[in-house]
Amino acid sequence: MNKKFEPFLPIIGVIGLFAIWSMATSAQLVDPVLLPSPLEAGKAFWIGMHGALGFDFVKTIYRTLMATAIAAVIAIPLGIVLGASEKLYRSLEFVIDFFRSTPASAMFPLFLILFGVGDETKISVAAFGAILVILFNVAYGVMNARKTRLLAAKVMGASRLRVLFDVMLFESLPQTFVGLRNGVSLALVIIVVAEMFIGSQDGLGHSVFEAQQMFEMPRMYAAIFAAGALGYGLNLLFLVIERRFVHWSGK
Amino acid sequence: MNAQHALRTQSTGVPSSPVTGASKRPHVTIRGLSKTFGKTVIYDNFDLDIPRGELISVFGPNGCGKSTLINMIAGLIPLDAGEILFDGMQLADIKFGYVFQNYREALFPWMRAFDNIAYPLKMMKVSPAERKARTERLVAHLGVKIDLNLYPYQMSGGQQQLVSIMRALVVEPEILFLDEPFSALDYEMTLFMREQLQKLFMESGTTMVLVSHDLEEAVYLADHVLLLSRHPARVADFTVVTAPRPRTDATLSDTEFVRTKAHCLEVFQREVRRA
Repeated sequence: MNKKFEPFLPIIGVIGLFAIWSMATSAQLVDPVLLPSPLEAGKAFWIGMHGALGFDFVKTIYRTLMATAIAAVIAIPLGIVLGASEKLYRSLEFVIDFFRSTPASAMFPLFLILFGVGDETKISVAAFGAILVILFNVAYGVMNARKTRLLAAKVMGASRLRVLFDVMLFESLPQTFVGLRNGVSLALVIIVVAEMFIGSQDGLGHSVFEAQQMFEMPRMYAAIFAAGALGYGLNLLFLVIERRFVHWSGK
Repeated sequence: MNAQHALRTQSTGVPSSPVTGASKRPHVTIRGLSKTFGKTVIYDNFDLDIPRGELISVFGPNGCGKSTLINMIAGLIPLDAGEILFDGMQLADIKFGYVFQNYREALFPWMRAFDNIAYPLKMMKVSPAERKARTERLVAHLGVKIDLNLYPYQMSGGQQQLVSIMRALVVEPEILFLDEPFSALDYEMTLFMREQLQKLFMESGTTMVLVSHDLEEAVYLADHVLLLSRHPARVADFTVVTAPRPRTDATLSDTEFVRTKAHCLEVFQREVRRA
């Protein structure tokens, strides 16, 4: 096959999906109420993004990025401190792993009591989940710093603090970005779930849930696609930032 | 057996000059050095004098502690017992450089080559302007024709190792340690880098200690080849290499050089068989 066409390969899957969807709806294989045609869903998406759905979209972005930012500010310095002292990390490893494994959704009721039904609850539950993921990755990044590089700094007369800031911090950056990407994905999941249930007035989760309750299927699919696009976009954003700031990663 | 003793028992086929004689004060004196890893005794009451301004190659059987020796001298590994002095001073009081085998992991990939080279000066609290000036001076002096604005991962292996060596030289060290510096390079690059190192050595006169696993390289570059026995390591021989510098491809086939190399190989094989 001609190499020129290779960048366009991913589009084939997208076209295929829409083709099968169109055929399924036009041949009436599925109840048209449950699965509207791609055209109807697309129309709902287009109209929605210029109105209520667009507003919900922005709300969810705000909450997700807020939660991730809070998590990063807390988790990155803490992860560096924990990673720099293996004994300290080993003594806290079980606690971190335990709460990392606890579904953050199980914490909703507790956070509701603590923060009420506003934005604080959604953001803080999401931040709680993201903190542990980021913390874990940063600490491992610091612990797995190349020994030769640390020795090289030491042999050139770098103090322990210098080694930490000049070497360990940079060495941990690739793994930190893995943590940030996982953290933002998790934060989005938690935010969308929180928007569905806890007395929410807006956000993509609310939009999906409300459309389903009112049986407006095209609008529901539009909101699901908006959530998917947001998840994909956030991941891509962090990848682009990573390539820019951690240019040496994997080289 | 210690170094001085080894010298006296040197085989007759090889020209020798007592390096611990009055003509040259030793640069590094190692006394009573002991080191064990687990149950393995690597060094037991080991003595050695390293002459000033010479290039010493360290050669010996696998796992005999060649790298351990220079790592202990350079302070990367603590000693169990013994004393290492540089002109009677401690390591902390002198300037030294160290070149790692694995340049890929020893350089800082987040810094441009230029900043990598200047980094040790930053650790010595030299001002940024002075750092720049001194690094530029070194680059000009060596006549290096690499774009130092590149990041290490944008360079070839040989260029990266050259950057590592420059990073070690920028502090104007009194002694330079090199741990198998060329063994991760392809043969063509290795030959080129040997010439570069010889040039650096002849220009600077810095005492250099080179660990090598290639006997020809060890002899070609050295003023003295330190041949170690299996562990616990003793000085099996401290062979003088008299070939004049600059040494060239012609040196490799020179009768005297070939004889020296054969002698080293003989000592090496004797030590390998001794196990």
